[in-house]
Amino acid sequence: MEFQRREAPFLIPSVSVSSMMLQVLAALVPAAIAHVWFFGPGFILNLLVAAIFATAGEALMLGLRNRRPEAGLADYSALVTAALLAFALPSLTPWWVTATGALFAVVVAKHLYGGLGFNIFNPAMAGYVVILVAFPMHLNLWVAPRMGDLDYQHLTILQTLQFTLTGGLPDAISFDAISRATPLDVMKSGLNNARTAAEIRVIPIMGDFGGRGWEWIGNFLAIGGFWLMIRKLIRWQIPVGVGLGLLVPATVFYMIDPGSHASPGFHLFSGATILCAFFIATDPVSAATSPRGRLIYGIGIGLLIYCIRRWGSYADGVAFAVLLMNMAVPAIDSVTRPRIIGHNDRGDKRD
Amino acid sequence: MAGGVINRLRNGLWRDNPGLVQLLGLCPLLAVTATFVNGLGLGLATLAVLVASNALVSATRRWIQPEIRVPIYVLIIASLVTCIELIFKAWFPDLDRTLGIFVPLIVTNCAIVARAELYASRNPIGASILDGIAMGLGFAMLLMTIGAFREVIGQGTLFARMDMLIGGEPMRGLVLADQGWLLMVLPPGAFFSLALAIAAKNAIDRRRLESKAPIPRRARKLNR
Repeated sequence: MEFQRREAPFLIPSVSVSSMMLQVLAALVPAAIAHVWFFGPGFILNLLVAAIFATAGEALMLGLRNRRPEAGLADYSALVTAALLAFALPSLTPWWVTATGALFAVVVAKHLYGGLGFNIFNPAMAGYVVILVAFPMHLNLWVAPRMGDLDYQHLTILQTLQFTLTGGLPDAISFDAISRATPLDVMKSGLNNARTAAEIRVIPIMGDFGGRGWEWIGNFLAIGGFWLMIRKLIRWQIPVGVGLGLLVPATVFYMIDPGSHASPGFHLFSGATILCAFFIATDPVSAATSPRGRLIYGIGIGLLIYCIRRWGSYADGVAFAVLLMNMAVPAIDSVTRPRIIGHNDRGDKRD
Repeated sequence: MAGGVINRLRNGLWRDNPGLVQLLGLCPLLAVTATFVNGLGLGLATLAVLVASNALVSATRRWIQPEIRVPIYVLIIASLVTCIELIFKAWFPDLDRTLGIFVPLIVTNCAIVARAELYASRNPIGASILDGIAMGLGFAMLLMTIGAFREVIGQGTLFARMDMLIGGEPMRGLVLADQGWLLMVLPPGAFFSLALAIAAKNAIDRRRLESKAPIPRRARKLNR
């Protein structure tokens, strides 16, 4: 008689990959609505383009690797990658730029490393960095946020569509009339030109903390992020780590010399800090796995973001910080291995 | 003898290619292959140094003390590279300016030291020269392939500025597109291209192996 044998895992996970990815997408919805409100319908077009090309890339690679495309496509991970990429892009982005990023993210950063679960690098950030390096001029074209009290010209959905498809604006509209430097750019160039942080703060685009529009998108992202935390899809260590790593040096430098350093609130609410803390750094595949390791990983990302913003040549450093810490994950995991019960700290068995 | 020659050549060009299989000399391979003409120029220079150094090392192999052999190889290679650099400066000044430091850096190309140590120091002159030609050609072919690939995708041209090597008016080469994908000209493009080349070689090898000796379905199942 043969006994029934089963191999690990014995506990069936209560959360499947597809339901987890769907919940991440749901958590992004409020921020997506805010993004469309402040920066126009370009976000939806970017999301569509990214989703189409990410899904196509996923299907292509699954086909080439002799996997069943339905099974891989049903986990929605390509859609999450596409959504995160769309959040990173300016609302006016030509379709070929978005498509390059989405295809690179899924084909090279994910499937060439072995597919979901094996990728070393965060696919969305790898795709973003590639288009940031390959098409630098296209990723600096942020339109002015809708402000209420200040009236800038805004594009209709057809004009946005025209730009997405052709990379050009209608003749009557010049790019200078609708585009604005982002708050991080304004802060960086202002400080480089020997203006004080207090002088820069009063520019209307800087908003209350991190810039009109951006700070509100940040708030909605944080709401989605806390919801994911309550549902235990993400743990507290990485968001807290990113916050600590960024805010501690920001506060120290701000207290030493408030004239030439942006305030910690600005660093927290501007750019992609909150998106990174809750949605990008927490990617379960490319992040560190042990609880202590996750904290170290988060702190590393926060510190690197601060260093790149303060001393680097790019205005925001989230993508680079995440990719750099992705590389450090194997080392972090090996030094923070949790102690096994009955073993000592070095992993030897106790006598 | 003829079979041996073909075997040597096949080793250098494919089976034991210094760039694709041994992964030697990656620094120049990654740094200068932004265009075809750069790859060709550096490939030819490396080929010349490799053949000459193999010949010299092989000719002097009976007198070189084993304890100090590597410094002597470096000395031989360095003098040869100096000659090549002077030739470049005299006859191809434009190419020399484009390749810059990477012409003198041929000294540090470990593919050359590796051939001196592994082959030329224990084989007769004729065989060593043949080995140098085979390995040098293999390396040059890889440089040219990657250079052409990166140039086509990165700039949309092929064989641009060939005048740096063959003289004459500045040439635009074959213009395939008005503008290219900048990333392929930048350093990441070199890594991507090399990775693709290695993957392609492995895929071809595996396909050939499978077509040569098809494993029966049943046997494959049993092996598991």
